[in-house]
Amino acid sequence: MSPAQSSALAASPRDGTLEVLRERGQREVFCGLTGIVWLHRKMQDAFFLVVGSRTCAHLLQSAAGVMIFAEPRFATAIIEERDLAGMADCHAELDRVVERLLARRPEIRTLFLVGSCPSEVIKLDLANAAQRIGARHLKGENGSEGVRILAYSGSGIETTFTEGEDACLTTLVPEMPAEASGAAQSLLMVGTLPDIVEDQFLRLFAELGIEHVGVLPARRAGALPSIGPNTRYLLAQPFLGETARALEDRGAVRIDAPFPFGADGTAAWLTAAAAAFGIDEMHVNRVIAPGRERAKRALERYKPALAGKRITFLPDSQLEIPLARFLANELGMIPVEVGTPYLHRAHLAADLARMPEGTRISEGQDVERQLDRVRADRPDLTVCGLGLANPLEAEGLSTKWSIELVFSPVHGFDQAGDLAELFARPLRRRDVLRI
Amino acid sequence: MQLAVWTYEGPPHVGAMRVATAMRGVHYLLHAPQGDTYADLLFTMIERRAARPPVTYTTFQARDLGKDTASLFQNAARDAVARFQPQALLVGASCTAELIQDDPAGLAANMNLPCPVIPLELPSYQRKENWGAAETFYQIVRHLADTSVRPAPREGRRPLVNLLGPAALGFRHRDDIREVRRILDLLGIDVHLVAPLGASPEDIRTIGAADFNIVLYPEIGDEAARWLDRTFAQPAIRTVPIGVGATRAFINEVAALAGVDPALALDDPASRMPWWSRSVDSTYLTGKRVFIFGDATHAVAAARIAHEELGFTVCGLGCYNREFARDIRNAAKEYGVEPLITDDHLTVEEAIAAAAPELVLGTQMERHIAKRLGVPCAVISSPVHVQDFPARFSPQMGFEGANVIFDTWVHPLVMGLEEHLLTMFRDDFEFSDAAGPSHLHGHTKPEPVLAPAGDILIKEDAAPAMAGELGWTAEAERELRKIPFFVRGKAKRNTEKFASEMGLGAITLETLYDAKAHYAR
Repeated sequence: MSPAQSSALAASPRDGTLEVLRERGQREVFCGLTGIVWLHRKMQDAFFLVVGSRTCAHLLQSAAGVMIFAEPRFATAIIEERDLAGMADCHAELDRVVERLLARRPEIRTLFLVGSCPSEVIKLDLANAAQRIGARHLKGENGSEGVRILAYSGSGIETTFTEGEDACLTTLVPEMPAEASGAAQSLLMVGTLPDIVEDQFLRLFAELGIEHVGVLPARRAGALPSIGPNTRYLLAQPFLGETARALEDRGAVRIDAPFPFGADGTAAWLTAAAAAFGIDEMHVNRVIAPGRERAKRALERYKPALAGKRITFLPDSQLEIPLARFLANELGMIPVEVGTPYLHRAHLAADLARMPEGTRISEGQDVERQLDRVRADRPDLTVCGLGLANPLEAEGLSTKWSIELVFSPVHGFDQAGDLAELFARPLRRRDVLRI
Repeated sequence: MQLAVWTYEGPPHVGAMRVATAMRGVHYLLHAPQGDTYADLLFTMIERRAARPPVTYTTFQARDLGKDTASLFQNAARDAVARFQPQALLVGASCTAELIQDDPAGLAANMNLPCPVIPLELPSYQRKENWGAAETFYQIVRHLADTSVRPAPREGRRPLVNLLGPAALGFRHRDDIREVRRILDLLGIDVHLVAPLGASPEDIRTIGAADFNIVLYPEIGDEAARWLDRTFAQPAIRTVPIGVGATRAFINEVAALAGVDPALALDDPASRMPWWSRSVDSTYLTGKRVFIFGDATHAVAAARIAHEELGFTVCGLGCYNREFARDIRNAAKEYGVEPLITDDHLTVEEAIAAAAPELVLGTQMERHIAKRLGVPCAVISSPVHVQDFPARFSPQMGFEGANVIFDTWVHPLVMGLEEHLLTMFRDDFEFSDAAGPSHLHGHTKPEPVLAPAGDILIKEDAAPAMAGELGWTAEAERELRKIPFFVRGKAKRNTEKFASEMGLGAITLETLYDAKAHYAR
């Protein structure tokens, strides 16, 4: 038994065959550009320049919701009619925009050129542009630190919502320094987490006795951790398939674990990491016991409200499977349909193994048909995007906005209660309203 | 390429969505990649619409390109028509689909669909949201209007009008219509059709039955109105009834065209704004410097109200929609300011900071700018935000609209009586900088911004800043601090300007009061 499976989760064993309903049609999901909204908060000296259309700029400000920054660290270079007239012109224009931007924002250390649907369709080679512009910025003025220019695509024709982060982190992997030969075994935690959650995990790893811990993405460009065959990586987010592949190309080895949601999920995740470093099981239990107990106590409060309630996830962030596992195993909810835009079977194996038998799992989307199923199922709660929430509420179906699950701190022991609260609140609201 | 941080307008297909969503019985098939569905949330979240916009996105992916995006489009068209059974189908492309040149119009035309198909050509790389809305509405009217429908003979019936322009996601459109209907009812005029908001394709078919049109929102309705004028010889009223003066002008024009007595609507006892403005408490409003920015129609109307009806001084005027720049230029000339025609909000921010207004009237963008600069602000125009859809009746048009505007613009300012009290008690701790005016939630300081310092663009001379840099003597600086914080910035600027004009090296107590006398209104 692997360490992950030996945890106390109420795992329901499944045979290897997993039936998945695959659908193709209209998708009510954001494109990968949306990831910029949280990525730019995480990487504090990075700027994200989308090369796209007015639609891209409009999407970003609509998804960001409020315009709290005078000059945020993202912007759109809007392609115009005259740029489409000739490609040479387009590259010159991009150079001009980037130079102006870097002159205006000298504190920027990493600039991501982010491809969009239009830039992909006109085959604007942003990787090439990044190289060309990057060569001019290897060193800053007076020999100061230069600007690293990278390119990835967040286009809707290639990426769904959180896959934008996957594409972004993938471009960072080749930039990571190689670990010294004979380096001690190190742990790499992968996936954007709010700083407060990241720090909680780093404290726990230190207490467990894992000495060398790196984080991808790093908060600053200069702090990229090193990587090599002695690196064991642990995914904190379930949507990082390409990043994982790039890490493995550099020799890193994945630690298999369920994702760190809830008391048991987080315990299993930490236990799996500790096992990979050969840490004594007694010590592991001692270290994680206080947090796990706190999380269990916090979850206990929500059980009366959530146990036995039926829930459907519409595809959005790829967090759906681990979240459904958490709600089913730790709070007694009944997943009816769990939709995900893309199902990464290997990364989600530990979570899938713990899903209740008979859960309908769907991949991809035909939104009209899926909504027909929601209307037929009438779950107590439907987790969906912002475009669908009010219309479903108007039909008498309680909803939870999925975007909050991506923007809020929900991983780890000390957020387990907050995570349960996100699902409990809409139900409580439904019950308290007399209007 | 244009570098954009925030945009005032979305792409033109979002304008088309605003028209389709406003109407009944219409469906919009949009050839678009995944992700363009974000636009749905504008309607369901910002406007709190209870139904999804009637839009089907074909959702093509990279692997479909060069294969069969055309059949994807046709399948989506068949499914959408079968499921939603629209009376008319709009077909078009978003920015990406425009590049792959699948020709949605041709594809749909070949399908023998059981409803009229209206193709939309909205060039995404040239045009923007308002233009897209106007063009879409025009195409709908052109395709669906039955040119044989004409007004019935006038004898024995009330005059009949169409109200053109209101759409989904419009700034107070819902309430403006109710107020304008009330005015028309007082005049004895019937509304034949409101469009696009609430109209069905069948309603549009009979658009020619009205005697004339009223263009409430030229940004969206004017293109169609001009075609109706050419085709049906339906004249159009273009005076937008925002403000008391404009409402009176509107009533007179409508009455003249309909041949009815304007007095029926002119003497409305519910028109409180004129007295509210003349009453003594409003004296303190005199000469308040306002900066106005929005769509051209609302900005021009706001400038007229500010100048004529509230006695403000217009210190800046601009719009983001270039198509209507001429209106802004004409108005700016009247108020002696430079017109600001731009869709770059950083330029707007610089202009506001330089003008140092006491009140900003703008869009949600200017609300954020004003917040950062610590200047009161009221919102007068799209782009909209969830709070621009109040639950209560809150029009901008008509006499009730003027009442609403009075309240909305004046409340962010320190109230007249309160201003006197502040002067009297300015040494009390309650009136210190930190306390701030009670009605502004106790903070006039710019709210903490989450970004690192480099992200914040606060112009030193616009924030209520402290003295220190320009050779102020300690005594003068102490005196400056005694000046109420909300005018201190201006006092400081004026004094420094005065000092440099006089070629003074240091600013003393004398300089401060000399400058005050110099700039006294």
